Amino acid sequence: MNSSNLLSVVTFIYGLAAFLYIVSWIFNKEMPGRIATWIAIIAVVGNTGGIALRWIESYRLGIGHAPLSNMYESLVFFAWTIGVIYLVVEQTYKNRIIGAFATPLAFMAIAYASLSPNISDRIQPLIPALKSNWLIAHVVTCFIGYAGFAIAFAVSLIYLFRQRKTESKTGLFSHFPDAGILDELTYQMVTLGFLFLTVGIITGAVWANSAWGSYWSWDPKETWSLITWFVYATLLHARMMRGWEGKKIAYLSIIGFLAVMFTYFGVNLLPGLHSYG
Amino acid sequence: MNKKTGSADFSGRLWKLFASVRLTIIVLLSLAVTSIVGTIIPQNKRPEAYLNEYGEFLYSILSVFDIFDMYHSWWFQALLLMLTVNIVVCSTHRFSALWKILSIKNPSFNVSKFRNLSNKEEFTDSRSPEDLKRIYVPIVSRSFRYRRIEETDNGLCIFAEKGRWTRAGVYVIHFSVVLLLIGGLIGSIFGFKGFVNIPEGKTIDNIRLYNTGKAQKLNFKIRCDNFNIKFYDSGAPSEYRSTLTILEQGKSVLTRNIIVNHPLRYKGINIFQSNYGELPPREIALNFKNRATGISHKKKVSVGQQFDIPGDMGQFVIKGHRDSYNFRGHNLGKTFMGILTPNNGSLVHVILPVRFPFFDDRIRNDDLIISVEDYDHSYYTGLQVTRDPGVLVVYSGFVIMIIGCFITFFVSHQRLCVEISKSGKKSRIMVAGTANKNKLGMQSRIKKIAKSMSK
Ligand code: HEM
Repeated sequence: MNSSNLLSVVTFIYGLAAFLYIVSWIFNKEMPGRIATWIAIIAVVGNTGGIALRWIESYRLGIGHAPLSNMYESLVFFAWTIGVIYLVVEQTYKNRIIGAFATPLAFMAIAYASLSPNISDRIQPLIPALKSNWLIAHVVTCFIGYAGFAIAFAVSLIYLFRQRKTESKTGLFSHFPDAGILDELTYQMVTLGFLFLTVGIITGAVWANSAWGSYWSWDPKETWSLITWFVYATLLHARMMRGWEGKKIAYLSIIGFLAVMFTYFGVNLLPGLHSYG
Repeated sequence: MNKKTGSADFSGRLWKLFASVRLTIIVLLSLAVTSIVGTIIPQNKRPEAYLNEYGEFLYSILSVFDIFDMYHSWWFQALLLMLTVNIVVCSTHRFSALWKILSIKNPSFNVSKFRNLSNKEEFTDSRSPEDLKRIYVPIVSRSFRYRRIEETDNGLCIFAEKGRWTRAGVYVIHFSVVLLLIGGLIGSIFGFKGFVNIPEGKTIDNIRLYNTGKAQKLNFKIRCDNFNIKFYDSGAPSEYRSTLTILEQGKSVLTRNIIVNHPLRYKGINIFQSNYGELPPREIALNFKNRATGISHKKKVSVGQQFDIPGDMGQFVIKGHRDSYNFRGHNLGKTFMGILTPNNGSLVHVILPVRFPFFDDRIRNDDLIISVEDYDHSYYTGLQVTRDPGVLVVYSGFVIMIIGCFITFFVSHQRLCVEISKSGKKSRIMVAGTANKNKLGMQSRIKKIAKSMSK
């Protein structure tokens, strides 16, 4: 079995975990949720194996490099970071409803990698611009940041659903976690994301300076990562002002994640240095 | 109204405005929204390109607002300046309050506040408060540096805290933002960014600046000794390598290979491998074949020089070449153009695509078949040459910002209170604590401390 096949299988495991989390949430049953946790753990382990195997395969091909060099590999890694951070959050907060919103994101990332005809899963040699030790530091930190924001996004969605349905204390929304906890969790995830996005932008800048002599050149991907950074900096400051708790913070976190998504996918539609990504 | 108080009032209001987080939010969001523009409209193209794209009217409006170089426009710079002033004023404004907190030698603790916390741990122990104190103090000291013991009416309290200084973390972040802006400013005033193409074997001491297009003299010379590309088996490029020599007063002082990601730095000037190109070939090996006899002759020729074709078949000259040649909708790649002067008859234009040696055979269907065997490949290397004395400031800003974010988000100011009071023959113990962030983490920490005490 090669890494691409393994990762295709992992895609379905993520899908199954997401399905069970959602079932557990909708029918308010404990059992599917417990199974979902184990399946999510299996998915993350498989995901780890897939990444490791791909790394080994690239060395067998004689073009060894960390599997972080193209869209396919970054999506697989993105799914992995979401999975790992989510499982940590689940352990910490002892709540599985977030899983119904977070694991589908991991599933979508890896499914897009595995199933989209536009994304090649071939292991390619590194182009000269990517031959740098900064590549790993840059990609890893950026994607941990993105994953933090992804989970903040999931929690913000739950928060907004919850606030809308506070009157009718029945059905799906009755067993959502406490609003205060959701708000706190959003903040925790945003700070995690903000720290890593900051390090990601910085490692990117240092790399750019060592590769073509300027740490900042306003190329669209750089600029979009800065826009994302500004949005989350706004969120952090907005929390300090009265009247900006809860709902508005949730909206900002959603806008921030849309900016993340545009930085990741949308920018490829624009011209610039990163267009090989 | 008194004029004096009026202006004091005004400056006071201005100060308040710049000290407010509300302004921060407005400025940060404005920066985010306006930055989008420059990612949609390509920056720093030639005016003709924009005129083509937008027409004259829209072009003139957009150029009034410097949209085509918006990140260096006055209004974008003004936003950045506003952010800087905002940070400086805000930090100054709040510093005295912070200093009061940080400089206290003996922080005050209020037992009743700790008693009112919802997540405190309580248990009883059969030993006396004094005995327990001896056991508990080392446990508390294990993770809290500052501690103090106070007598109460019927027992004692152990207060402890740590991480008070982490409250200064945000100042560290804000300071780093200012450093980045200053570093950027230094770079844009005292630095430059340009490029130069050097043919193999040639030496230059001038580069061309990106933003103005003007020449910039270097105080040394750069010679390109050699340029080389390596390919993977798949045909994709794997390495671009230039061998460069630095010359000072005619003497070579240093020779170095540079590849992408591994630049040469010399006297504050950075030299990067950025692109390359092929120089126009000067020597071409041609093959002349007589269709009737089947005899071929090879000849090395120079561009632009007319010569007799071997075998007395007229004269020929290579006029030039194109890197790509379009023939009936097909790109034939690198193609040489020649003019044939037959012994009898008029001039004939001959097209010689390098990759298609049979082209002339098929197209002209003449007695004489001409094809290109080879030509001299020589390259120029494209170097980016930059100088940025602000980089050190920016890099220290980077480091400080990461440290600041880490402190601010993940290290908290924690306060602990262990109250031991006599209740009959036993002691009642309460363990409670606060933290300014990661409250959940603090809760489990309190539980852990309580557990190790009740053992
Ligand atoms: C790009 C610019 C800026 C960045 C990256 C930044 C970053 C931060 C961060 C990460 C925090 C910590 C937030 C938290 O703990 O949740 C913070 C707090 C704060 N920032 Fe900024 N900031 C910026 C600009 C400003 C400006 C212009 C002001 C001026 C009013 C400001 C005022 C504050 C205040 C008052 C706090 C809270 C301090 C406290 O908790 O005691 N910030 N900032």
